[in-house]
Amino acid sequence: MYVATSRPKGGAELRKRLPSTVFALGTVSLLTDVSAEMITAFMPVYLLFSLQMSYLQFGLLDGIYTGATAVLRLAGGYVADRMRRHKAVAVAGYGLSAVTKLAFPVVGASAFGIGGVLALDRAGKGLRTSPRDAMISLATPKESLGVAFGVHRTMDTIGALIGPLMTFAVLAWLTTSPEPMFVISFCFALLGLIVLVFFVRQPRSDAPSGRVSIRRSLGLLRHAGLRRTTVAAGLLGLVTMSDAFLFVVLQRVSGLNPTWLALMPVGTALVFLLTATPIGSFADRVGRWTVFFAGHVVLLAAYVLLLGPITGWPLVILTLGLHGLFYAATDGVLMAHGATMVPEELRASGLSIVQTGQALARLVSSIAFGFSLQYLGFTTSVALGVGALLVALVAVRVIMLRAEVES
Amino acid sequence: MTRRRMLSGVAALVLVVLLGTGYVLWTVTKEGAAAAGGQSSTGLRFVDQTDGRNRVDVLAADGSRTAGSLRCQRVYSAGGTTVCLRLAGLGPSYEVAVLDSSGATVKTVGLPGVPSRARVSASGKIVSWTVFVVGDSYAVPGGFSTRTGYIDLRDGTVVESLEHFTSTIEGKVEQRENVNYWGVTVAEDDNTFYATLGSGSQNWLVKGDLRAKTMETVRPGAECPSLSPDGKRVAYKKRAGSLGAWQLAVLDLASGKETPIPNSHGMDDQAAWLDDSTLAYAKVPQGEAPAIYSSAADGTGEAVLLAASASSPSPP
Repeated sequence: MYVATSRPKGGAELRKRLPSTVFALGTVSLLTDVSAEMITAFMPVYLLFSLQMSYLQFGLLDGIYTGATAVLRLAGGYVADRMRRHKAVAVAGYGLSAVTKLAFPVVGASAFGIGGVLALDRAGKGLRTSPRDAMISLATPKESLGVAFGVHRTMDTIGALIGPLMTFAVLAWLTTSPEPMFVISFCFALLGLIVLVFFVRQPRSDAPSGRVSIRRSLGLLRHAGLRRTTVAAGLLGLVTMSDAFLFVVLQRVSGLNPTWLALMPVGTALVFLLTATPIGSFADRVGRWTVFFAGHVVLLAAYVLLLGPITGWPLVILTLGLHGLFYAATDGVLMAHGATMVPEELRASGLSIVQTGQALARLVSSIAFGFSLQYLGFTTSVALGVGALLVALVAVRVIMLRAEVES
Repeated sequence: MTRRRMLSGVAALVLVVLLGTGYVLWTVTKEGAAAAGGQSSTGLRFVDQTDGRNRVDVLAADGSRTAGSLRCQRVYSAGGTTVCLRLAGLGPSYEVAVLDSSGATVKTVGLPGVPSRARVSASGKIVSWTVFVVGDSYAVPGGFSTRTGYIDLRDGTVVESLEHFTSTIEGKVEQRENVNYWGVTVAEDDNTFYATLGSGSQNWLVKGDLRAKTMETVRPGAECPSLSPDGKRVAYKKRAGSLGAWQLAVLDLASGKETPIPNSHGMDDQAAWLDDSTLAYAKVPQGEAPAIYSSAADGTGEAVLLAASASSPSPP
């Protein structure tokens, strides 16, 4: 619905409107995502076939890493602001993740070793995310923030789509040996790092120097706008089902062959990458928070669809379409909105607070939905999800209305 | 941005692409040396893991090793039928292929996840498999679920998942939806089967009926069953303690007596019966590639290395 109302932008016009930093960082993310998603797709084959290990051992640790690296985002954001060197912190984060690709063959079939390498990779991701988003926001004029994050997320998602294709092409037609896979992944990560080092410039800031402290960074939470954004995004994050959960339910409800399960994320990603830029541009015009909120209403529609009566392919296409739109309307748009709430010299810290809140909330939600599934079954769990999302949407609307009255 | 800086950047990008491509081409064309192995009086079919080509090799009774042309992640042969779970390209990424005794492909079915277990009934008529579906992790982030299916070659029926079977756990008909099944083994009648049922953190050995689409739990904690050729015993893996490593054990179905197999500590496989008294299974020696060992099914003697850098044991 948003696509239709936003006029398509020609590539040339976008390139004129947006700083080159956005495209350069988009390229860095694209290459890094090819590298990362290659490994994500390869890991099950690596563990189960190459090493003949049990996958179970890692599932349990995974949640802990997600939580730990969420906290690392705060540190990455703070250090980047404090040193006024977002690029240096981002290089450290991307570099750390790149090196971990070569560490897999070294640790071999040790659950502890592989867990440690995965944790380091996540740590790198945690470190780099907020300085990178801060650079995008610092380089872009305020009125184009939505479209800038839209372009970045589009490029990022293209990389995420290429990664698994790369893995299965190598496995099926080249070799199942793990070393070449890790080396190819490392090369993509290295290419991303080179683009970052040589083609991205640290955005200049006119803000007065020497004013960043932990106290001031934490003080951002006293800023009503940022606090409300964090609380609202966290609240909505708490009632957002994990992608995996949604895909499983969708496969069961639609009655499609389980073979299609692996391709469902591709559907969501395609819609996400096709609509992220136009929706970002639309958000610049009608208000980023409005679009972020509307994105969750779209998600609610997707949940309701899962309760029936449509099944089969129509259900899958509709649900994945809405799910992709939800991402396009919320992922980059939230950062664009958050960026307007924080002064330049605290930009990375501010964005990291919003991101951490959302990431922790989603972690809690995936555990909660997991429990409900185990004891209540699919239909009841989805119905609960619909109810919880509805309540959260009303609560967020009330918080935002009160804010408008106050101001 | 200075011209010099851009040129250095481009040069670095080109260098990485060239070196990366060169390395990959070199490793892919390099021939792997066949790994050392032992002898087996019964012969053994397995997947070679030395060079990333996943060839199915046969170890003859005299210890000579023949390299095959079939490439699989998991293989099993019985009654003239061979099942091969393998990589199939971009989508679906995995498939099960059924081959007859001449090596011709009779049937292929796309699989929703990574190959884990494969089995053919003694008659060669029932082909079953288990795959890991990674990504549909709802209980734990990064978790997994399994899908177990089978083909009945007598009438061509394909059942892609046992989840529609009625399971009775400890005497109670199961209602929960997140039940996983893995590791099927079918008896001589081509109808009775044993498998593993997992729900929450608990696993059970189950006995079932393919025609009636039912199963009920036999005992807790036993996984990946494998029926002996005489149908009197089941070999399975079980954990030593609640979180300990797996160990192979053999259950006598008539007496209920369980015999642990010595030296099998740390194995993780659906064992294969090479004859009525010999079991073969994959195990990963500390810091090494997976290898296939054999043990006497009565729990006597030591484990013997059959093939290094190998997995998926099967009778020849």
